[in-house]
Amino acid sequence: MSQDHLPRLKVGLAEMLKGGVIMDVVNAEQASIAEESGAVAVMALERVPADIRKSGGVARMASIDIIENIMKAVSIPVMAKVRIGHFAEAQVLEQLGVDFIDESEVLTPADEHYHVNKFDFKVPFVCGARNLGEALRRVSEGAAMIRTKGEAGSGNIVEAVRHMRSLTSELRALTTRTDEELVTVAKELGASLELVKLVAKEGKLPVPNFAAGGVATPADAALMMQLGAESVFVGSGIFKSEDPAARARAIVRSVTHYRDPAVVLEVSRGLAEAMPGLEMSQIAPEQRLQERGW
Amino acid sequence: MKIGVLSLQGDFDAHASSISRIGGKAIQVRKPSELSALDGIVLPGGESSAMLKLLEPELIAELQSVLLKGMPALATCAGVILLARTVHNPDQASLGVLDIDVQRNGYGRQVDSFIEPSLRITDEGRAALQNAQLMNGRAPEIEAVFIRAPIITRVGSDVDVLAQHDSQPVLLRQGSILAATFHPELARTISPVYMLFSHLVQADDGLIDVDGSLLLR
Repeated sequence: MSQDHLPRLKVGLAEMLKGGVIMDVVNAEQASIAEESGAVAVMALERVPADIRKSGGVARMASIDIIENIMKAVSIPVMAKVRIGHFAEAQVLEQLGVDFIDESEVLTPADEHYHVNKFDFKVPFVCGARNLGEALRRVSEGAAMIRTKGEAGSGNIVEAVRHMRSLTSELRALTTRTDEELVTVAKELGASLELVKLVAKEGKLPVPNFAAGGVATPADAALMMQLGAESVFVGSGIFKSEDPAARARAIVRSVTHYRDPAVVLEVSRGLAEAMPGLEMSQIAPEQRLQERGW
Repeated sequence: MKIGVLSLQGDFDAHASSISRIGGKAIQVRKPSELSALDGIVLPGGESSAMLKLLEPELIAELQSVLLKGMPALATCAGVILLARTVHNPDQASLGVLDIDVQRNGYGRQVDSFIEPSLRITDEGRAALQNAQLMNGRAPEIEAVFIRAPIITRVGSDVDVLAQHDSQPVLLRQGSILAATFHPELARTISPVYMLFSHLVQADDGLIDVDGSLLLR
């Protein structure tokens, strides 16, 4: 296959996942519940972020057996996470045939300087970002999808909102810059002038932009969609809640009908307890997952 | 030309861009009432299993009704799966208005996704392109982006195969429904498939008949 086909196939799959919900799952049973509830994809993990946060230690790529069982259980795309910079974990996942790789700050970084060169892979990658510069640097490394980092496992939407608002307001500002200003902006963003010029012209990222990190309720999902997200990842928010299947179905419908408060109200009725949340001041700065990556 | 795009989930934005490139106006459809007063309807790519969960009974009934009445339709990838008579791998429900059987993820997983630079166009395909005045001496090249695409395992007698990949049908027409297992909405330039769809919509408007000649009314 010719090399210029690859970016289109990778971004193409990201396009197919728009308007949907990608759910974290830790076994085949949860994966089936997610698919049955209308998830567009599942993220195979050994522990959801809330449990990673609790147990501490080094968080790695999930065990192959877990990922394989999940791949056998569902017909929708299966994603899995690798540590930042751990290209050998990514090679293993590509060999296994997962459909999307998340180079994720939720796991313990393997490289303190470099992310994975994602152009080396046929499988598409998604990466987290807190602002425009981070997003463009990941795109420059070959990411086919960007998601906000938020604060994974917190059940608190505030960081995802901060990251999405930063990204969209920086994008808006970029469209007003003159050509000579863009040279300096590109230097400040740490991204190539060519890419910065393209994004300034289009007013949007060249890859889909999803929300992640702290989504716990249907209204959280509708909020992120109205702020400009094109889909939503839900990590601990579903399987750490009291009735995961009902909450999963509710969040799926909320993402589709995010501009229709009547639907968001209807799906929010009668839901059991959401996952417990953490106030940001309860999370020490060195324990904030969003600080990983650069 | 007002074209509805089923926007429950999937690449409905890419379709909306293609519609504006052929001079149409894209209308997002999420409820039955949004299907009225349209000149055509697009069923986009995405995850068919997720779309099925989001399709409420009233919307299914209304979609079946407008399609059976002959509203021009373009279905791509997951959209084809939604319309098929029978769906396998795994078995799942469908609207059943298109007389074909499909196998989901027929080519494998994402690592098996591919782009075919130029599909083989059948005689029926040539005739359809000729009628839409898209031949220009020879058939245009149809580039096809296949992403976790389905494979069509049976084609009904009223269904024309317009193009193939590896001897398998990938572009079909049944009456006013055009179905592609690939993604013409992701083509670099406007796809001949979109031009064919545009022709179907205009023919339905009474502007031209399906043979391409102007109608006197």
